[in-house]
Amino acid sequence: MQIGLTHYLSVAAILFTLGVLGIILNRKNIIIILMSVELILLSVNINLVTFSTFLGDLTGQVFSLFILTVAAAEAAIGLAILVTYYRNRGSIAVEDINMMKG
Amino acid sequence: MNVATVFFYLFSAIMIASAFMVIAARNPVHSVLFLILAFVNASGLFLLMGAEFLAMILVVVYVGAVAVLFLFVVMMLDVDFAELKQGFLQYLPIGSIIGIVVAIELLLVMLGFTQSDAALGAGAAPIQANMSNTEALGLVLYTKYVYLFQASGLVLLTAMIGAIVLTLRHKPDVKRQIISEQNARTRAGAIEIKKAPSRAGV
Repeated sequence: MQIGLTHYLSVAAILFTLGVLGIILNRKNIIIILMSVELILLSVNINLVTFSTFLGDLTGQVFSLFILTVAAAEAAIGLAILVTYYRNRGSIAVEDINMMKG
Repeated sequence: MNVATVFFYLFSAIMIASAFMVIAARNPVHSVLFLILAFVNASGLFLLMGAEFLAMILVVVYVGAVAVLFLFVVMMLDVDFAELKQGFLQYLPIGSIIGIVVAIELLLVMLGFTQSDAALGAGAAPIQANMSNTEALGLVLYTKYVYLFQASGLVLLTAMIGAIVLTLRHKPDVKRQIISEQNARTRAGAIEIKKAPSRAGV
C-alpha cells in the first residue's frame, strides 16, 4: 500500500492532538506547556511539508522554514522569561503567576 | 510493502510514542530527551517526503539549539517537579474530552477533502525534478520570498536581543570598568594637595 497524503496528515493530526492534550494535562508545569507548543508547531510543519510534497509546490517548505524560525524565537524568549521569573519569585508554577490579576 | 512504507510506519510510531512520553513523563529531563527523539523521527519523515534541507535544519535547529536550551533551563532551575505534576489525573477527563473532539474534527477534515487534479503543480513555486531540494529552496527563498526571509531574520534578532536583555544581570557588588569616567578624570578631581604643618602631620 502506497503511503499517501492521508497517512502523513493522520500522523500530524495525532501529534497535534497530543500537543493540545499536553497543554491541558500539564497545566501547572510551564516547561511542559512550552514543549507541547513545540509539538504542535512540529505537526503544523509536517502538514505544510506534506502538502508541499504531494502538490508539487515548494512554497510549503519555505513557510515551514519560517515557522521553524518563529518557533525557535518563541522558545528562546519563553525560556528567558521563565528564567527571569524564577529569579524574581523562586517558583515557576503557573498558578503563582497572578500578580497582574489579569 | 516496500522500504519507504516500513520506514514511514517506524518513524511515525516512534515519533508519536515519544510525543506521548513528552507529556506523560514524570521527570522533565526525560520529557526533553523524548522531545529530541520526536524531532529526530520527524526529520526522518521529512526525508521520506523529499524535504532534505528541512530535515537537516530540523536536526540542527531543534535538536542542536532549542532542545538543548530546554534541557539547560530544566536543569538550571531548582524546581520541585513532582509538585507540579499533581493534578495530572484531575484534568484527565476534560483533557480527554477536548483531545477526542480535536482528533475527530481533524479526522473529519482529513477524510472529507478531495484534491483537484488541477492543483498538482499549479502552485506558486513548482518543484523541478532536475535540481536538488536545497538548491530549489534557495532559488525560491532568496528571490520570491526575500522580504519574508529578511523579516524572519528580524524576528530572530528581536528574540536574541530580548533574551539577552531579560536574562543579563549586573551584580551590584562587582566592580566594573567605566571608560568614560576614567577619561573624564582630571588632575583637579583626582589629587588634593594639603599643606602639612611641620611636626604636626596631616
